[in-house]
Amino acid sequence: MESVPLERIDEDIWEIPTSFREGMRVPGRVYADEELIEGMKGDRTLLQCSNVAHLPGIYKFAVTLPDGHEGYGFPIGGVAATDYEEGVISPGGVGYDINCGVRLLTTNIDAKDLEPRVRAVAEILFKRVPSGLGSQRKQFRLDEGELKTLVEEGASWLIERGMGRPEDAGNCEEQGSMAGADPEKLSKRALQRGLAQVGTLGSGNHFLEVQRVDEIYQPETAKTFGIHSLNQVTVMIHTGSRGFGHQVCSDYLKTMDGTMEKYHVRLPDRELACAPAQSPEAADYRGAMACAVNFAFCNRQSVTHWVRESFEEVLGHPSEDMGLDIVYDVAHNIAKLETHTVEGVNRRVWVHRKGATRAFPPGSAEIPARYRGAGQPVFIPGTMGTSSFVLAGAPRSMELTFGSTPHGAGRVLSRSAAKRSYRGEEVQRSLRERGIHVLTDSMVGLAEEASGAYKNVERVVDVSDRLGIGIKVARLRPIAVVKG
Amino acid sequence: MPGNEGVQGGAGYRYLDHTADVYVEAHGASLEEAFENAALATMEVMTDTSKVSPTIERRIEIEAEDRGSLLYKWLEELIAEFDISGVVYSRFHIAGIEEGEEGGLRLRAVVAGEELDPERHAQRTGVKAVTYHMMEVRELNGGYTLRFVLDV
Repeated sequence: MESVPLERIDEDIWEIPTSFREGMRVPGRVYADEELIEGMKGDRTLLQCSNVAHLPGIYKFAVTLPDGHEGYGFPIGGVAATDYEEGVISPGGVGYDINCGVRLLTTNIDAKDLEPRVRAVAEILFKRVPSGLGSQRKQFRLDEGELKTLVEEGASWLIERGMGRPEDAGNCEEQGSMAGADPEKLSKRALQRGLAQVGTLGSGNHFLEVQRVDEIYQPETAKTFGIHSLNQVTVMIHTGSRGFGHQVCSDYLKTMDGTMEKYHVRLPDRELACAPAQSPEAADYRGAMACAVNFAFCNRQSVTHWVRESFEEVLGHPSEDMGLDIVYDVAHNIAKLETHTVEGVNRRVWVHRKGATRAFPPGSAEIPARYRGAGQPVFIPGTMGTSSFVLAGAPRSMELTFGSTPHGAGRVLSRSAAKRSYRGEEVQRSLRERGIHVLTDSMVGLAEEASGAYKNVERVVDVSDRLGIGIKVARLRPIAVVKG
Repeated sequence: MPGNEGVQGGAGYRYLDHTADVYVEAHGASLEEAFENAALATMEVMTDTSKVSPTIERRIEIEAEDRGSLLYKWLEELIAEFDISGVVYSRFHIAGIEEGEEGGLRLRAVVAGEELDPERHAQRTGVKAVTYHMMEVRELNGGYTLRFVLDV
């Protein structure tokens, strides 16, 4: 592994100087404690961070967050902001799973009261929400025209059709509908891949979890987010845009791979393929990407609907009486036009977040009015059997990370290594012994996602909290998991 | 990492270690054979292909400007097809990889498989996409070695 020079700037702040390689336009900036940085040295994370620093029009630094790990082209757990006019847009800086993200629902149910029925809830969820390899929803099929409208309009389209409450869309990033979605920019294949997959969880690290509040660090902020007491039951939905988004990324990666020469862009890795922000190729990608963003919002919206139905069926109350309100819905893989201060000047920039969560501080106009005093809710899912965290966006995120925090634990073991170390059946049994029900169709997937294969999520969250980019608000522990 | 011990996946391919995704190395005496093994390795990530009967046949023809892009499009075709029709393929026969009409490369293949049936087929991990990351097409002593990363 090529050694990448690092200068320690502060306790949790490291820099890769531009002198490391010719062509770096800005330094690499890595946020991590000593143990996390050691982990990053073990793969290509830091090298990839320095590659991102080559992007034309990039501002300040290429950011790698505490959960950073090796991806393809861009590291996962990274942020790059490029100039509105002179910068580039890179599909790889968003990733294949466009708007992979997390939605959190709160309830007014106490975990002790749910205990006798939790297995029943999990089984109904497992039945209603298609998960796993090739998951398709047979009862909920759209035709191509409907799919085009859905990706243009986002979550509100489903809500108008009875799959949600009127207030749901307003409780999502972008109000559940990213502007600029243009279905004409989608390939036939992207539409085909999307048709059968609205409302499915998919496989890999995606999950649907019933949790209980395990610790509250900031009672006032927690209350603002609807988290009132220990043992309160919450539901977390982690999924993205499925094959639809993957195809959009693939399509435009190929397009931009073919235009690099035309636009005289040279980069150290083919997966960084990009196009000037004002070029037709970049505009087309944005139109298609927004469709995939909306597809993912709809995906989490329909899962929300089936979660509410499942709770109603098992517990026998109308879902409104149990809460099941959306706290917020955040994207992990997205590119957005935002305004950030760079060297004292307000600039419009394309913020690419790949495995990163927007974490706007108190007072931001972009977040729902009721959160403007507390900061934007951020959810950092743990791994199966470990805690997930609720954070609140904090002021230093604007200075350090273009308004971002980490998105998860970040892998430390490859899937092959995890399979050598764990067996799915054992993982399931040991979680059961700790009171966690896990339902899945894939025992191999269970081994791959064993919590030992990931970084310690607490450590990742603690770095965020210390840096003041995302403040720890509450910790959630799983009770039941439907794993994709 | 390159050089690390990978997991032996079968005669024509193996999985190398990569933190987040699946890193495949496929071999072949010819470029065609290496491409066939690359496809098999990709499908093996999703299920045990020895349990998949070759009942549905499909012809595939693709063109690309170079070997890397051809590999990308070839695997993308199979990954997308699974999302669209639910068919997972277990047999791959590449009739030829030749110079295309416009100077690039053209691949002609027949693939066979069947619709994934959760009752009979092991569910492993879904493949989102093939990537260009660390992609290599190498010719050595008359044989071919391909390396590529699958996003899962």
